[in-house]
Amino acid sequence: MNALARLAAAAALAFTAAANAATAGWPLQDADTDVGNLASLQRGARNFVNYCLGCHSLQYMRYSQIAEDLALTEDQLRANLMFTGMRIYDPMLSALSAEQGRSWFGNAPPDLSLITRSRGPDYVFTFLGSFYEDPMRPAGVNNAVLPGTAMLHVLAPLQGLQRPRFETIAVEGGKEIQHLVGLEPGNLPGDLPEAAFDSFVRDTVAFLEYVAEPHRARREALGVWVILFLLMFTAFAWFLYKEYWKDVK
Amino acid sequence: MADSKAAADPGAGRFARFGAWIDARFPMTKMWQEHAAAYYAPKNFNFWYYFGSLALFVLALQIVTGIFLTMSYKPSAEEAFGSVEYIMRDVEWGWLIRYLHSTGASAFFIVVYLHMFRALLYGSHRNPRELLWILGVLIYVALMAEAFFGYLLPWGNMSYWGAQVIVSLFGTFPLIGDALIEWIRGDYFMSDITLNRFFALHVVALPLVLIFLVVAHLLALHEVGSNNPDGIEIKKAKGPDGRPLDGIPFHPYYTVKDVFGLGVFLVLFAGVVFFAPELGGLFLEAPNFEPANPLLTPEHIAPVWYFTPYYAILRAVPAFLNTQVWGVLVLFAAVLLLFFVPWLDRAPVNSIRYRGPVYKTALMIFAADFIMLGYCGLKPAVAPFTMMSVIGTIVYFAFFLLMPWYTRIDRTRPEPARVTK
Repeated sequence: MNALARLAAAAALAFTAAANAATAGWPLQDADTDVGNLASLQRGARNFVNYCLGCHSLQYMRYSQIAEDLALTEDQLRANLMFTGMRIYDPMLSALSAEQGRSWFGNAPPDLSLITRSRGPDYVFTFLGSFYEDPMRPAGVNNAVLPGTAMLHVLAPLQGLQRPRFETIAVEGGKEIQHLVGLEPGNLPGDLPEAAFDSFVRDTVAFLEYVAEPHRARREALGVWVILFLLMFTAFAWFLYKEYWKDVK
Repeated sequence: MADSKAAADPGAGRFARFGAWIDARFPMTKMWQEHAAAYYAPKNFNFWYYFGSLALFVLALQIVTGIFLTMSYKPSAEEAFGSVEYIMRDVEWGWLIRYLHSTGASAFFIVVYLHMFRALLYGSHRNPRELLWILGVLIYVALMAEAFFGYLLPWGNMSYWGAQVIVSLFGTFPLIGDALIEWIRGDYFMSDITLNRFFALHVVALPLVLIFLVVAHLLALHEVGSNNPDGIEIKKAKGPDGRPLDGIPFHPYYTVKDVFGLGVFLVLFAGVVFFAPELGGLFLEAPNFEPANPLLTPEHIAPVWYFTPYYAILRAVPAFLNTQVWGVLVLFAAVLLLFFVPWLDRAPVNSIRYRGPVYKTALMIFAADFIMLGYCGLKPAVAPFTMMSVIGTIVYFAFFLLMPWYTRIDRTRPEPARVTK
C-alpha cells in the first residue's frame, strides 16, 4: 500500500514537473538532419571529437566502426578523430571521469551514445543552439531547453553569446514572473554566421543519430530486399494456395 | 496401414522402411495423420482464422531469437543495458535478432488479440470448446507474465519504473503487501537480484509454461474440432466414409493457406523490423534508451501498449478506505472474467452471422472500448483520459456481466445445417 502510494506521489510529482516544463516549454526546432549524407556525418564526427568528446563519452561506439561506416581510412581516422592515444578498436571514451565531472560541474556529463534515441534529434539540435547569457548561473550561461543545465556553452566561440528576451507576466496572487520568450544575438558575436552555426550543429546531431544506431543504414538497405523477397514469396504462396484449393467445392 | 505393409515388402524403398521402423516404435505417422493429414477442418475458414497459426509462428520466432539473445545478454544490473547495446552494435546480426524479438513481442499480442476477438465473433469459446477457450486465456495470462518479465531485461529506465509500478501493485494487499513485494523483488527495491530472477522466469519458466499450454490448447482443439464462421458442427454432416462433408484435411489445404497468410504477416512484420522498429515509441519507448536510474523517474510511466487497456482500468478505480487495493482487484477481475465467457454467453447460436443486433452492437462497442482503454492507458492520468478510463472500465465490465441477459433476449436467426461460403 505504502509503496504504491509513494510511487503514485512520485509519478504525480514527475508529471507536475513535466507539465511545468511544458508550460515553460521551449519549442523544439526541426533538426532536419540527413543521416544518409556521409559528408555531413564526417563533419559531425569532427565536430564531436573537437567540441564534445572532452567531456562526453560515446561508450558504445568504437573508433573502428566509425572508420568503416563513414568511409575513412585508418590514417584519416588517426589524424582527424583520435587525439587520446587509444587503439582503433577502443570505444570513444572521454578523458573526463564521472567523479571529475561531478566535482567540477556538479553533474557528470552524460554519455551521448543514445541521446538522440532517448531525447530525439530535435531536442539535441535545439538544446545546442539555446544557450543564453545568465549572470545568475555559475558558468554565466543558462539554456532555454534545459533550464539550470550544468553544461557550459561550449559552442560560444562559434555562436557567440545570446541574450535572453523576457516578458513580464502576471500570475495568480498578484505576483509577476519573468517569462523567457526569445533569444537574440548579444554583444559577443561568434565566428560563424547563424546559418553556418545551424549547419554545424545539424552535422553534429546527424553524427549522434548515426552513433545511436550505427547499423540503421544497413537495416534500411537490407529491408528493401527482404520485403521484395517476401512479396515474391507471398505471391507464389498465393498461387500455390489457389492451385490446391481448386478442388475444394 | 501402408507403412506396416511397406515393412513387410522387401521391394519398398529405404525411406519407407525407415518410416515403418520408426512407426513400430513411435507414433510418428499416427500423429501426423491425427493432427495434420487426416485432421478435418471446416472448409469455410476466413481471414480471422489466420491468427492461430501466426501465433504459433511468433512463439517459435520468439524462442529462437530469444535463444540467440541470451548468448550475448548479461542479466546483471551492471551489465544488462550495455550488453543490449553490444548486441545492437558488435554482435553479427545482433541488431536484427534484437529487433525481431522486440517487434515479435508486440506482434504476439496483436495476433493473440485478433485470435481472441475471432472467438468472440464466431462463438469459438462455447460448448464443447470451453476448455479450449480456458487454455487460451491461460496462454494469454502466461504471455502477459512473459512480456512483463522480459520488459525488465534491457534495464532501461522505463523497464525499471514500469516493473516497479507493476510489482508495487502486489504491495496494495492488506497485511501481506509489503512482505509480498519484498519477496517478489528479493530486495528492498528493484535491483540486480530482481533482474536476475526475472531473467530466469523469462527465459526458462514462462517459456516452458507457454509451450505446455500451447500443446494442450492444440490437443484440445483437435479433440473437439475447429469451429468456423458459421459456428456449426461439421461433424454433424458426415459422408459414407465417415469424414465430415464440409471438412477438408488440414494438410495440405490449410498448411498451404496459412503459408500465404504467413507471407502477408511477414511483409508487415518486416516493414516494422526494418523501417520502424521503435514504431514511434510504441514498440520501443524513448526513455528505455536511458539506463535504469532509481533516482530519476521518467516524465510519464506507461507500460507497453499491449498492457495499457488494463493499466487504464487500474487507474480508473479510485482509492477509498485508505487503500488502493480496489484498482488492483478490479484489474485482476477484468482478466479473470475472461475465463467465464463460455458460461456468460447464453445465446442459442454461436456465430455472429446468426446472432441478433444486440450482440453485434455489444461486441463492436466492446472492441472500440478496449482500444479506447488502451489509448487512455498510454496517456497521463489527466482530463479527459481519467473520465474516459472510468467509462471504458464500466463498459468493459458491462460487456461481460450483462452478457447472460443480452445474449438471451437477442433476436437470433436459425443456423444453417451446412456451412455456407
